[in-house]
Amino acid sequence: MTSILTYTLKNLPSTSKWALRFSLRPLSCSSQLRAAPAAQTKSKKTLAKPNIRNIVVVEGVRIPFLQSGTSYKELMPHDLARAALLGLLHRTNVPKDVVDYIIFGTVIQEVKTSNVAREAALGAGFSDKTPAHTVTMACISANQAMTTGVGLIASGQCDVVVAGGVELMSDVPIRHSRKMRKMLLDLNKAKTLGQRLSLISKFRLNFLSPELPAVAEFSTSETMGHSADRLAAAFAVSRLDQDEYALRSHSLAKKAQDEGLLSDVVPFKVPGKDTVTKDNGIRPSSLEQMAKLKPAFIKPYGTVTAANSSFLTDGASAMLIMAEEKALAMGYMPKAYLRDFVYVSQDPKDQLLLGPTYATPKVLERAGLTMTDIDAFEFHEAFSGQILANFKAMDSDWFAQNYMGRKTKVGSPPLEKFNNWGGSLSLGHPFGATGCRLVMAAANRLRKEGGQYGLVAACAAGGQGHAMIVEAYPK
Amino acid sequence: MVASRAIGSLRRFTASRTLRCPGYTCRNFSASSALLTRTHINYGVKGDVAVVRINSPNSKVNTLSRELQSEFIEVMNEIWANDQIRSAVLISSKPGCFIAGADINMLASCKSAEEVMQLSQEGQRMLEKLEKSTKPIVAAISGSCLGGGLEVGVPAAFDMMLTGRNIRADRAKKMGLVDQLVEPLGPGLKPSEERTIEYLEEVAVTFAKELSDKKISLKRDKGLVETFFFFFLTELTSYAMSIPFVRQQIYKKVEEKVRKQTKGLYPAPLKIIDAVKTGIEQGNDAGYVSESQKFGELAMTKESKALMGLYHGQVLCKKNKFGTPQKDVKHLAILGAGLMGAGIAQVSVDKGIKTILKDATLAGLDRGQQQVFKGLNDKVKKKALTSFERDSIFSNLTGQLDYQGFEKADMVIEAVFEDLNVKHRVLKEVEAVVPDHCVFASNTSALPIRQIASVSKRPEKVVGMHYFSPVDKMQLLEIITTEKTSKDTTASVVAVGLKQGKVIVVVKDGPGFYTTRCLAPMMSEVLRILQEGVDPKKLDSLTTSFGFPVGAATLVDEVGVDVAKHVAEDLGKAFGERFEGGSVELLKQMVSRGFLGRKSGKGFYIYQEGVKNKSLNSDMDGILASLKVPPKSDVCSDEDLQYRLVTRFVNEAIMCLQEGILATPAEGDIGAVFGLGFPPCLGGPFRYVDLYGAQKIVDRLRKYEAAYGKPFTPCQLLIDHANSPNKKFYQ
Repeated sequence: MTSILTYTLKNLPSTSKWALRFSLRPLSCSSQLRAAPAAQTKSKKTLAKPNIRNIVVVEGVRIPFLQSGTSYKELMPHDLARAALLGLLHRTNVPKDVVDYIIFGTVIQEVKTSNVAREAALGAGFSDKTPAHTVTMACISANQAMTTGVGLIASGQCDVVVAGGVELMSDVPIRHSRKMRKMLLDLNKAKTLGQRLSLISKFRLNFLSPELPAVAEFSTSETMGHSADRLAAAFAVSRLDQDEYALRSHSLAKKAQDEGLLSDVVPFKVPGKDTVTKDNGIRPSSLEQMAKLKPAFIKPYGTVTAANSSFLTDGASAMLIMAEEKALAMGYMPKAYLRDFVYVSQDPKDQLLLGPTYATPKVLERAGLTMTDIDAFEFHEAFSGQILANFKAMDSDWFAQNYMGRKTKVGSPPLEKFNNWGGSLSLGHPFGATGCRLVMAAANRLRKEGGQYGLVAACAAGGQGHAMIVEAYPK
Repeated sequence: MVASRAIGSLRRFTASRTLRCPGYTCRNFSASSALLTRTHINYGVKGDVAVVRINSPNSKVNTLSRELQSEFIEVMNEIWANDQIRSAVLISSKPGCFIAGADINMLASCKSAEEVMQLSQEGQRMLEKLEKSTKPIVAAISGSCLGGGLEVGVPAAFDMMLTGRNIRADRAKKMGLVDQLVEPLGPGLKPSEERTIEYLEEVAVTFAKELSDKKISLKRDKGLVETFFFFFLTELTSYAMSIPFVRQQIYKKVEEKVRKQTKGLYPAPLKIIDAVKTGIEQGNDAGYVSESQKFGELAMTKESKALMGLYHGQVLCKKNKFGTPQKDVKHLAILGAGLMGAGIAQVSVDKGIKTILKDATLAGLDRGQQQVFKGLNDKVKKKALTSFERDSIFSNLTGQLDYQGFEKADMVIEAVFEDLNVKHRVLKEVEAVVPDHCVFASNTSALPIRQIASVSKRPEKVVGMHYFSPVDKMQLLEIITTEKTSKDTTASVVAVGLKQGKVIVVVKDGPGFYTTRCLAPMMSEVLRILQEGVDPKKLDSLTTSFGFPVGAATLVDEVGVDVAKHVAEDLGKAFGERFEGGSVELLKQMVSRGFLGRKSGKGFYIYQEGVKNKSLNSDMDGILASLKVPPKSDVCSDEDLQYRLVTRFVNEAIMCLQEGILATPAEGDIGAVFGLGFPPCLGGPFRYVDLYGAQKIVDRLRKYEAAYGKPFTPCQLLIDHANSPNKKFYQ
């Protein structure tokens, strides 16, 4: 999440044309595969467990994800979150007083609305009797919001929960320096003019230097892009591989957008501006153009560039989660079950972004599934190099044995089932909101393409990771 | 100490290099046979880039040995002759070491200055060739690259890379020493060290290609940094050096500074300045000749032999000759959070040992914990640690007032007050709570360990660990074993000491062990000299000019007057006449007046926070006047004063070897230099006797014996050495 890139893709000369997209070489094989008869392998068991409530996703929406500094730049985070909540209410017509609890994930907190979930809920007209809290877990904050909701329902505390996430990178809290803050706080307490004057006399010009939100990992002082570059090098992922993967992401996202597959997007009428209807970070380019970019972090010989990294994004998402019997009683047709999930954590220095590698075999084991059972993979794409390094790690017996304490590798996901509608590289990555997008993409893909199980996985700052099994709701 | 200051630097000011380090090629040795079976150097070609891999067999490090250098020359000649090759990469196949410097054994085996000079010239020629290479050469350096190794790495035509194992790599980049940094990689599809070297090579090959294709050029306006083996550190700015007048001023300044720092005891830095001067004023060639001449002279000096000896001794004292202990110490407990206890805690927690620091009072504990925190935080301020690493290290420390958790302790080190009764009490308390395998180590500077162990239920687990203050700075650890201490107990404390980063000497139990026992007679002489009317400042300057890092009077203040008094009384009782000299009464009066040295703010000097130049404590005048003894004029010259101190020290050290307290002379030298500040340029008391002759020292002792009697009677072993000049402590 700290991958604050100064360039975004918009700097790329956008020479890409429709035709170009299909002439792109390596990775666009997915279209043919999807043309194959939708695999209706419904013979598999369901993952329902005795004595545990089935938990379903009724619906999930997001406002369009925009590059930061564009249409949302005048807003505040709770404005985006409110828009996502209103979109969800509009789409589902759920009575507001049915909602027992609201949870939102966010990463860079706006200090005025530190519990952004509550501010957004009140603004969206939810009952003031509905409690709300905000969670933070870097790039898997929304995942944490969802699984917290799952826990509340599974334990019988709630029946209906709204989970979501929000991030506004167009505006981040920039603070006064510690010295300046101390002086201001002391001034507040000073009683006499003399005390005030003596405090002010201690003022130095360097007090005015501002403090920015941390760009680097606190424990290692390394930025995430730098770590991603080292990770790519450790797994010998080339620059070309990374650029090709990024191009695939953008191409697939563009295709999905054009074909109207991104049905989780709800329009947002921005005050004082036009209605925003679609993501604006999808920009398929060409390998030649991408090759021209200089490395963004390890200069001059690194491989991670602005074009093969996710960009700074504004956005929000929201999702309606219910106990299955409650949803059915209310007459809803749920989209998917939320099944087993895991959180993992590992070395924040050298394995910062390997969360999916650690989480995948664990969650599969817990659910009693194997890689071949999974019909739709939705992984968070922080960097091309990170995704490809994870593929290599998942496909390595040596890594599994030496670092994960496992006998064999889990295997890497087949590319034709992987992020078929684009990913964070192209759709954007509002840190706190991405988790819900991943789950909805998996659920919507299972409904559209057929198939029973989806696997969602993501890495996060701090060397953490998450994975969850999404099971299609039988039609 | 001196040996560890291996890298020094001088900013370069013209487009050429002026100084080089030793290197050597031996023509007759190599030419025909080595072509096919090279043992140190190999190369392969990737595209049009030659990758030269350095890998000395059967060694953890690559050193500039004769063989390595001759093979290197051969390989480079092949590369220069081969038209297919347009650039080259130099890389070591050893993780963590490029070239660690000149081979000390090679230097030590040289018999004459001419031989060394020849070595040096051959090396210069090799480096000059590298420098003038028409094909770009990239040195890809991972890990230590010292002395001559650095020279191979940085001639002007080179591009050089370091993998940043620590902060020094990015400092090297800032200095303009290296052009690019490659960060170490984490695990991938193979172990990280292996992959990091591969990656370094890949990056280096890319650079080499781009250099030969002229896609990139080197901007090295900051200038190269020259390095010298064993020498000093100074920086000259290139701008100032271009003006002759300023240049003269700078020579003078540097010379002054160096002289001040080294007291003229280490010849090397001054000779380096000479050679640099020659290089600048008379051109490169003259500089080279001057350098190799001076290097030859230097290598033959006693100082150089003494330092090489110390280096070997240090290597020896960094090994555990008692084998691997049965149980690894994971949980350590320290009793007493005073200066020593907290110091020991600091050097333990930063090596990842879970450490309990126990004190009797909350105030004492607070002070100790703060000392550890400050020690770590100072490293954060110097950017040697991040604040996160500091916190993570500090969380290995548990401060407490009771014995909770001692049931898990693998080792207890007590650093309580130096009083036998107190030591006995804590030993019994500890033995009641610790597991059977737990080692009990006593940090004491003079109390005999067998007396401490006398109340133990398990004397085989009792041992002495004599740390030196300040623990985080002083490298020496003296371990004391009694006849009952088991071998595994010794192995265990040595292992812990090594983990704490210490240089270790293991000695037998006895009053004052080794270090304190050597120091005591010298201190006794210090008191006598002061009573004879020499003022402390003069005494300090006499001792430092002899090569001691700290003056004798200051040393008493640093150690603590009360401690010195304790030791003087205890050892005086144990050794009788031989330890006589000055009157302990002097120390007693000082203690009674509260002049305990630095810790109380007053001793021979007055110590004030933030005041740099300490002044003499005028209240001492009265005490010194009341105890004044008349000086004996024939043994009171400045030189005599110095030798009265040093010969007593040396005599006692040799006595320790004679009595079996010391196992080897090497440990004696290491203990004296690293623990007591015996002049490193003399190499330690034993090396000193070897290099300067036992007879001379015996003569001195006899002269002083005539004036003062028993304290100066030379010991039998020293007399034996004087009688048969072929007898040496080091063969």
